[in-house]
Amino acid sequence: MPPKKKNESSLQGTPELHRELLHSMLLQRRFEEKVGEAYALGKIGGFCHLYIGQEAVSTGILSMLRADDYVITTYRDHGQALARGMTPRSVMAELFGRIDGCSRGKGGSMHLFDRNLNFLGGHGIVGAHVPIAAGVGFAIKYRGGDQVIVCFMGESVVNTGAFHEALNMAALWKLPCIFVIENNKYGMGTAVERAAASKDLSTRAASYDGMYAEHVDGQDVMAVRESTARALSYARSNGKPVLLEVRTYRYMGHSMSDAVSGTYRTKAELDEYLKRDPINLHKAKMLDEGIITDADVAQMEQEIKASVQDSWDFADASPEPPPESLWEDVLIATED
Amino acid sequence: MAIITYREALNQALREEMARDDRVFLMGEEVAQYNGAYKVSKGLLDEFGEMRVVDTPITELGFAGVGVGAAMVGLRPIIEFMTWNFAVLALDQIVNSAAKMLYMSGGQYPMPIVFRGPNGAALQLSAQHSQAFESWLAHIPGIKVVTPGTPYDAKGLLKAAIRDPNPVIVLEGEMLYNTKGEVPETDYIVPIGKADVKREGNDCSIITSGKMVLVAMKAADELAKEGIKIDVVDLRTVRPMDVEAITQSVKKTNRAVVLEEGWEVAGIGAQVVDYIQRDCFDDLDAPVVRVHQVDVPMPYAKGLEKAAKPDLAKTIAAVKKVMYVD
Repeated sequence: MPPKKKNESSLQGTPELHRELLHSMLLQRRFEEKVGEAYALGKIGGFCHLYIGQEAVSTGILSMLRADDYVITTYRDHGQALARGMTPRSVMAELFGRIDGCSRGKGGSMHLFDRNLNFLGGHGIVGAHVPIAAGVGFAIKYRGGDQVIVCFMGESVVNTGAFHEALNMAALWKLPCIFVIENNKYGMGTAVERAAASKDLSTRAASYDGMYAEHVDGQDVMAVRESTARALSYARSNGKPVLLEVRTYRYMGHSMSDAVSGTYRTKAELDEYLKRDPINLHKAKMLDEGIITDADVAQMEQEIKASVQDSWDFADASPEPPPESLWEDVLIATED
Repeated sequence: MAIITYREALNQALREEMARDDRVFLMGEEVAQYNGAYKVSKGLLDEFGEMRVVDTPITELGFAGVGVGAAMVGLRPIIEFMTWNFAVLALDQIVNSAAKMLYMSGGQYPMPIVFRGPNGAALQLSAQHSQAFESWLAHIPGIKVVTPGTPYDAKGLLKAAIRDPNPVIVLEGEMLYNTKGEVPETDYIVPIGKADVKREGNDCSIITSGKMVLVAMKAADELAKEGIKIDVVDLRTVRPMDVEAITQSVKKTNRAVVLEEGWEVAGIGAQVVDYIQRDCFDDLDAPVVRVHQVDVPMPYAKGLEKAAKPDLAKTIAAVKKVMYVD
């Protein structure tokens, strides 16, 4: 059963904030629906992992960060890239493999980077980016800054050696890293119960000198924000790591090649989780409290639809990377 | 010029570059309090403090990744592996992260990082502690690989590696740390990608690098007694390789032996021979002969170990084969 909050509280914060949160989540959803369409038409190739269902995690966490904080993530990175502020044009052009893409057509779906937003990339080897996040935390401490790095990972990462090695060093050396486990219940087609010898993944933190940890309902964007606020305050004031387990659900397959349900999960389970769609939940609360009207929502949908279509048109018109770029950025040229 | 050991030369390079640039730090197992498993980092903790000379847990994958992350945001890490045999655990970070970050980010994230440590066989350390990794690492675009064979080159190449904006692998020779040579006290670097003709001769080239340079020099001494003059080409860098230096030497001598510490199959020597056949096909008076470790894991027993390793006798025999003498 999906996690449910017993007493869903009234919304804190300004109407403007809630509009922004809803907009951020809706943009990710509509963008990725369009990505699925483009993939089916052969506009996008390779591996492509959709984030649909998990938008309250990216929006909840990234809406709390400062511009000078850092973000690093996995290959399921479109949602976080948009929530961090990358433009739909820049992301879509990358997915189309074009020169105007954020990684100039060299990275594709799994390797979105944006230096101006301290978005340190989508990384393709499960677990490998967690020590890299610890290294960014080390650099923050080395320079005496008060930034943090947020490191998103799927729940299957907690079983890798890299996860353990990184969390151990982050705790040992007191590095300002917020490790976020996005527990969407499945590592590809393997249920978390079949992979992890812990029921509550946040308890993994107990091995690291009482590392601060929480688990939170990842379908409730406000709950994610509250948890993030505590994590940020702790990491910034103590310069120590935090482990957040955010319990969410992926509505699509692992990538574009597997069935949404029927092999490793049932349609009944999926339907149950669809009842707690993070976007519908937040929208319903906003409507309930009169923060937004149906007409406002319709207008927002229209604007987002136009923006996503614009990103497609932009990507389609953007040139392929020129042949000579094949040899660019292998190494930085030196005088040697 | 002062005569110092290879170990002291590396130590000087670390000290000078850490003093020159406060973004440079050294991280690895036993590098700080213990002064380095091979004492390469002796005294650095006292001089630079624990934020810049960092002891790690035994966690090669983890601290290699910490280096990659620190480099992404502008520091200049030097990651020491106690030996390259242990760095196999960290290859994911070297191959999948460090070597590809600049490319897959479309040029946004440079990776100014050094991975260094002793490479190759010492004495009777048997199979898991006696491997030479030149060819594994030289295979990967996006990194540079240097293999200093003398104290002079060790200091100059390590300094160049630390200043380089790219990932550089420094393969030190475990058996070279105590060897001595002339090293200037003035600031200098040895450019990455430039070979050095360590001895000139017209009869046969020996093309080699790293620890095998000493073997080549001894072979040249012995062969000189028989009137055979050897051109010893020390590659110094195996990626990018100085192809011009190889072909210049072979065009002069018309004969070549390629000497390396690692195994035969897909070895560095195979690449050198490919460059020779491309550019010197009409210059050769004999097929090129390779000298390398025999194609087995390193055995422990003294006699077997000797039989497995490339050495002076095998090198001399190879030269005589290409010279058609004996």
